[in-house]
Amino acid sequence: MDFANFLIQLLNSVQYGLLLFMLAAGLTLIFGIMGVVNLAHGSFYMIGAYLAWYFTSLLGSLTLAIVLGTLLAVAFGWLLEWLLFRHFYHRDHLDQVLLTFGLIYIFEEMRSIFWGDDVHAVQVPELLNWSIPLTDTLSYPVYRLVMSAVCIVLAIGLYLLISKTRLGMKIRAGAFNRDMTESLGVNIRLIHGVVFALGVGLAAIAGVIASPIASVYPGMGSSVLIMCFVVVVIGGIGSVRGALVAALLVGLVDTFGKVLVPQIAGMAVYMLMALVLLYKPEGLFKQ
Amino acid sequence: MNTRRLVLTRGAALIGAASTGLVLPSWAQAQGSKLRVGLMLPFTGTFAQPGIAIENGFRLALAQNGDKLGGREIEFFKVDDESNPAKGVENATRLVQRDKVDVLVGTVHSGVQMGIHKVARESGVLNLIPNAGVHIATRAQCAPNVFRTSFTNAQPTLALGKAMVEKGHKKAVWITWSYAAGDEAFEGFEQSYKAAGGEIVKKLALPFPNVEFQALLTEIASIKPDAVACFFAGGGAAKFLRDYHAAGLSKSIPLYGSGFLTEGVLDAAGDAANGVLTTLHYSDSLDTPRNKQFRLEYAKAFKLQPDVYAVQGYDAGLLLVKGANAVKGDINNKQALYAALRSAEIDSPRGKWKMSPSHNPIQDIYLRRVENRENKVIGIAGKAIADPATGCRMA
Repeated sequence: MDFANFLIQLLNSVQYGLLLFMLAAGLTLIFGIMGVVNLAHGSFYMIGAYLAWYFTSLLGSLTLAIVLGTLLAVAFGWLLEWLLFRHFYHRDHLDQVLLTFGLIYIFEEMRSIFWGDDVHAVQVPELLNWSIPLTDTLSYPVYRLVMSAVCIVLAIGLYLLISKTRLGMKIRAGAFNRDMTESLGVNIRLIHGVVFALGVGLAAIAGVIASPIASVYPGMGSSVLIMCFVVVVIGGIGSVRGALVAALLVGLVDTFGKVLVPQIAGMAVYMLMALVLLYKPEGLFKQ
Repeated sequence: MNTRRLVLTRGAALIGAASTGLVLPSWAQAQGSKLRVGLMLPFTGTFAQPGIAIENGFRLALAQNGDKLGGREIEFFKVDDESNPAKGVENATRLVQRDKVDVLVGTVHSGVQMGIHKVARESGVLNLIPNAGVHIATRAQCAPNVFRTSFTNAQPTLALGKAMVEKGHKKAVWITWSYAAGDEAFEGFEQSYKAAGGEIVKKLALPFPNVEFQALLTEIASIKPDAVACFFAGGGAAKFLRDYHAAGLSKSIPLYGSGFLTEGVLDAAGDAANGVLTTLHYSDSLDTPRNKQFRLEYAKAFKLQPDVYAVQGYDAGLLLVKGANAVKGDINNKQALYAALRSAEIDSPRGKWKMSPSHNPIQDIYLRRVENRENKVIGIAGKAIADPATGCRMA
């Protein structure tokens, strides 16, 4: 493998890793702070992607679709938290698993009713539809760079929100000791709503921005959810920092696995997970 | 009416009914009732389009025979198989056991086909496969009552290798989804490409139905092979064509594929598909009087343009007409029926073809090039290509 190829594959890995991080961060936040196992997290990714396709075909602009799709998905997440999830914070994990497992089927069925079972393609916006040539045959698509940039901005934003703001302080406090925080006058209900909508929003944005490169198809949520769980397990449950490191690691292993040993492309990531679990059963960054 | 008389009359009626059945020749029995045809196809979901095209084609062939099979009227039973392999056995059993169909036509999805196959082998009901290319159905598990009018997954690629080498492309990268159909298509490519003197420098694969091709396209660009050969279909195929073009590869490395790469996706792929070469047993643009006549009649009947699936359904209809006519509608005369189906020569819109000993078409495979959103036939890539039928022993 020559240097230019290696460099591009590295970029591919980072880009895939950052996308996974967007999803895994929401999953691990919701679990770490509210203790909810949310199997339906992948569905928000799917909903984001379908909204992007729907609005792009309706309005002809991906930029507009990104804004509208994200807003709608976040609103939907908030509504869902208010209607359903808040009643399940104190319930057994098994109840939560059953609830969210059921939600996967409901979302898939709704998707089927509203948008059908076809595979759709979302066009990359004209402005970003070009590549940067690196050698005579190798080039890197600009859209993927922009995508990675968006993910990095959101990741930094998330870090600042949680570690530097008052709201972040309350979130952390609430996760640490809910009753104590509540007795200090913090509106935990609101905090939970915010965190949930944040998690859903991240998954939906991931779906929206990934739609031009990953295409839009039924069941796309389930396949990505499995990868998310792998990331969360490797990174350590509840750790956002762990999720970032693990997502990048998974991106590397998956991309280079596909290229160097295509025979085991489907397995490479799980082998990594098994390896990590063997030496660090709690994940790389235990909370 | 007292009880004794009741018993007597009923008994007499019963004996009478039974004896009519016993004394009448079997062909007369057959003439009396309708021939029951079960259509087990996807009518919703991803494969709805092929399912509908197959039914249309099939019905067109029967309509051209006066809507009769061997002189008998036809009664249809339809099941939407939803392309769901989990329900394959259940749906096929319903048609065979409850609806008592004489022939089961289906299906598109190879996984569902395996369910039908199990039921067909166990019940002995005649099964015509109008699409699913899964190898085993006409290889190790071939059966006297199972006939395919479409292709095996390796058949189009069995003609691909020679065409590529003849164009001077001796070093190729192969790329597909790692699943059964991809593996089976590769088998045909590997055999034909090596036999023609080509070398497969790398075999790339990604999990089905993953469409994140970027890492693999980068790898192809860095290997710089003479050409790329692939197997993709449906939405993923359109995505692959667009990504291949967007990565700048279409300018420097010619793309070849099994014909399903460019079937039904040319609008979605747009200009990205221009110049792509594929091999398949049919093309819309096939310039023969037979094809033009078929396309005209199909368009008139359904207000739709036919495709490869419609042709396969149509041929299933033509085949059934031949078989039923040969036994004058007595579909239970299995020896004669199977003999007729086996020896049938079908005058298809794709060109004349014959049934192989393992019940799969021996057919010409065309070389097509995409030009302005159309698969233009530029030659015959393989004359009378037959599936190797490895392991088939007809009972």
